[in-house]
Amino acid sequence: MGRLSLGSWLYLAVIVAAASVIIAVAPTNTADQNWWARYAVLAILFLICDSTPTTLAARQSAWSPSSAASLAAVVLLHGGVGAAMVGASAVLTLRRRVPIYERLFNGAMYAVAGYAAGVAYLVVSKKPHPFMPPLLHVMDIGSTKFEALLWPFAVAALVHVLVNHGLLWGMLLLDQRSRAAIRRGESPAALPLLLAYDIGFAGFGLVIAALWPVMHYFAAAIVLVPLYVARWAMGQFADQQRAHAATLAALCQAVETKDFYTRGHSDRVSRGAGMIGRQIKMPPSRIEAVRFAGMLHDVGKLGVPTKVLQKDGALTEEEYAAIQLHPMRGLEMVGEIGFLNEALTGIMHHHERMDGRGYPMGFAGDEIPVFAKIIAVADAFDSMTSTRSYRKARSIDEGVAELRKSAGSQFDPKIVDAFISALDREEWKGQEPAQPREYEILTSQDHDDPISPLRVVESR
Amino acid sequence: MTTAAQHQRYREGDVAVRQAAQRWHGLQSVDTARLLLCGSTGILVVGCVPTLVDIGQSSQAAIAFGLFIAFGELLRLSLPGGREAAPIAMTAALALAMSLSIAPVHHPHGHPPSLLPITPPQVVAVAALGMALGALPHIAAGRPAGVTGMSARLVSVALVAVIFRPLASMIWVPHRWYITLAVMAALATFAWLLETVIIAVIRAEDLRARYSVTLADELRVQWRLGLAVGISAIITVFGATVMGLDELAVFAGPLFVIQLAFRRYAGIRATYLQTVRALAQVTEVAGYVDTGHSRRVSKIALAVGRELGMSERELLKLEYAALMHDIGQLSLVDPIPAGATVDLDPARTRSIAEFGAEVIGQTGVLDEVATIVRFQWLPYRGTPVTPPLASKIIRVVNAFDDQVAGSADRDRIAAAIASIRAGTEYEYDPDVASALATVTNRLPVSRL
Repeated sequence: MGRLSLGSWLYLAVIVAAASVIIAVAPTNTADQNWWARYAVLAILFLICDSTPTTLAARQSAWSPSSAASLAAVVLLHGGVGAAMVGASAVLTLRRRVPIYERLFNGAMYAVAGYAAGVAYLVVSKKPHPFMPPLLHVMDIGSTKFEALLWPFAVAALVHVLVNHGLLWGMLLLDQRSRAAIRRGESPAALPLLLAYDIGFAGFGLVIAALWPVMHYFAAAIVLVPLYVARWAMGQFADQQRAHAATLAALCQAVETKDFYTRGHSDRVSRGAGMIGRQIKMPPSRIEAVRFAGMLHDVGKLGVPTKVLQKDGALTEEEYAAIQLHPMRGLEMVGEIGFLNEALTGIMHHHERMDGRGYPMGFAGDEIPVFAKIIAVADAFDSMTSTRSYRKARSIDEGVAELRKSAGSQFDPKIVDAFISALDREEWKGQEPAQPREYEILTSQDHDDPISPLRVVESR
Repeated sequence: MTTAAQHQRYREGDVAVRQAAQRWHGLQSVDTARLLLCGSTGILVVGCVPTLVDIGQSSQAAIAFGLFIAFGELLRLSLPGGREAAPIAMTAALALAMSLSIAPVHHPHGHPPSLLPITPPQVVAVAALGMALGALPHIAAGRPAGVTGMSARLVSVALVAVIFRPLASMIWVPHRWYITLAVMAALATFAWLLETVIIAVIRAEDLRARYSVTLADELRVQWRLGLAVGISAIITVFGATVMGLDELAVFAGPLFVIQLAFRRYAGIRATYLQTVRALAQVTEVAGYVDTGHSRRVSKIALAVGRELGMSERELLKLEYAALMHDIGQLSLVDPIPAGATVDLDPARTRSIAEFGAEVIGQTGVLDEVATIVRFQWLPYRGTPVTPPLASKIIRVVNAFDDQVAGSADRDRIAAAIASIRAGTEYEYDPDVASALATVTNRLPVSRL
């Protein structure tokens, strides 16, 4: 139970107390005979939705269209109390392995959001007693002018979405573990998309209410069909996205198999680039892109003859030129992958230097795209802190000192600072110690290593 | 020298003539079904539009539904496999065809409004005009107008309208809503089947695939969207009896979100394929294989797979495997000269195939693709393991491309086919070999 901080326990207690008060004082002397039956159907609909969530994207929390049931309750159960009771049924969710405090929180959160939406609905439709409406009201849909419900419902839907997300984010910010999760970009990163889905599906609430006078309880069942078709497509998206990322990673590893010592390098550079991206507060989509850039930055090494990569001793100018070509080769290889966009700039320019002495273009200072600056830092750091055939791995402190030394000449000082701050917050998982197997290829020079740069013989 | 050059020129001219003849022949055969469909739909629409003159009472509903159909047509959806659908337009058009009553903006208490007086020709005219309006921005943006898809949708809607409009007054009793609902569900299913069958006929001709296979693929790919469209149309109809035309505005939100979910799904599928295509080229840029080899092998393999009646799902795996079949060469220190694996000794081809399969298997999601790549070196007969059909195809097509390398030279192609046929005793599957012969005979390799 000690998994939540004191602050989040208090937060949870306040919301649960609010929800309990709302539901406890609910009047039950209803003249509308069908109130409880309608409540039961909507609560079941809510539970079905809530128990079968789907992820909208890989590495993201699950989502379900259950709020449509709460919003239908706002209309069909006339105000906030019914909606609160429907939302509270989230406590009973059939999802497995949900800890008790999460059940309590979800139930209370949906109850409060439903109540707020109901109050908003009654206020906008200028009904008396918006906070505690008498339930004596016999449902009058079908005889009232339905267009009178449109605006109140729209406001209610908006309030529901805002309260729901507001309360959820409050909890996420208070809870240590989820705060770490947000930092790693594993929590609702695609908030705009979540909001679009929530607002879009809110319309189902009013549709259920409109169908009710015709087909009664069946109204709740029939909307499940389009909801489940949409759920299938959302789940497929997340699956395909996961598959795509896995395929990309596996193929990058295949590229690395040419060389024992650089194995895992792309993956670590990708993680390092992500750390810097988060530290300088990039939006999640760009963090994703810079991670892809890190993953693919050295793919062009495939175009460099193995004997050059493996060469022990000074390189001729031609050989050095072949190595310098690898960013362009990389661009050639992955340039057609449409979604990479900005990531391509990172791949192409990751060997530029702030003083303009890098390659391939010799860009200096702010001519260098930010993605390239980020990858340059992560790339050099991983190279220094990994073992090479000609030297042992440097410690993290030595690597940091080396980055500081080259900040300004080789690296952008702001990016170096961001990386060093990120290293304080997050653990750096370096190369796993392993002995090369007998038949494996060992390179004796590393073009990424700022400590021992490539040796080139002048041909003239 | 001179005669050789002349001979060459003559041969090139000959090829050009043959290509032109094939193209003409192609035009004639490929487009019969399409022409028939679009032509008859055109005549139908021309016949129906004048009926709009006496739409009178229903004009408001007609305009609202027409605009909704246009909106749906504007938001057309590209689905995996180069398909195009307009689920929102189809929902709206079906809902109009099956409409009951539309609650007026202010109707007096206790007087339920009567049925929407709209005739089947008027339904067709409204749907056609809405679709045309929605197609205009596509045309303006230089995208295809999508006349075939619209015609298929229109024909289905027309049939539903013709059946349902006369029935509506007989079956619509509010407290017996379930009877109406059952009839609508049956009609929506019928409309979906009809549209799917039409589209399958056209796709089968376009792709030169077997009709039964195309129909099965189409049903499998489309059933979820078809279900959502049918049920959404029914919801729209019943909702409008209570909410009036506002229903369309309210329901647009959920429909839009459902479509967004499908769009994202289709988008990531396309991205996935693009990534695999690009990464398959890694071996080419690195000089392990001839430029364009992976892509040519995947194109020819797809055509052969289709000729052999493989389903779309199998074809996708075949395409991935064909694109990545040489990825195992990355384990080689330096490229094989000219990248031709066909002349290598079996032990090396085997280790390349197995390394490739290992790489693909590491993705954790492409196990079947990995299996195809793993067995691509196996002869089709005489070993304890029978390779999957896709592996046999890749083996044959790879051998073919190693010899032809994308050339359009008929003699070279014929020689390659002959050498493959010579190996059908043991090396190459004879069925695959004859499918390859059919496919390459039909079109030059560059136009597959």
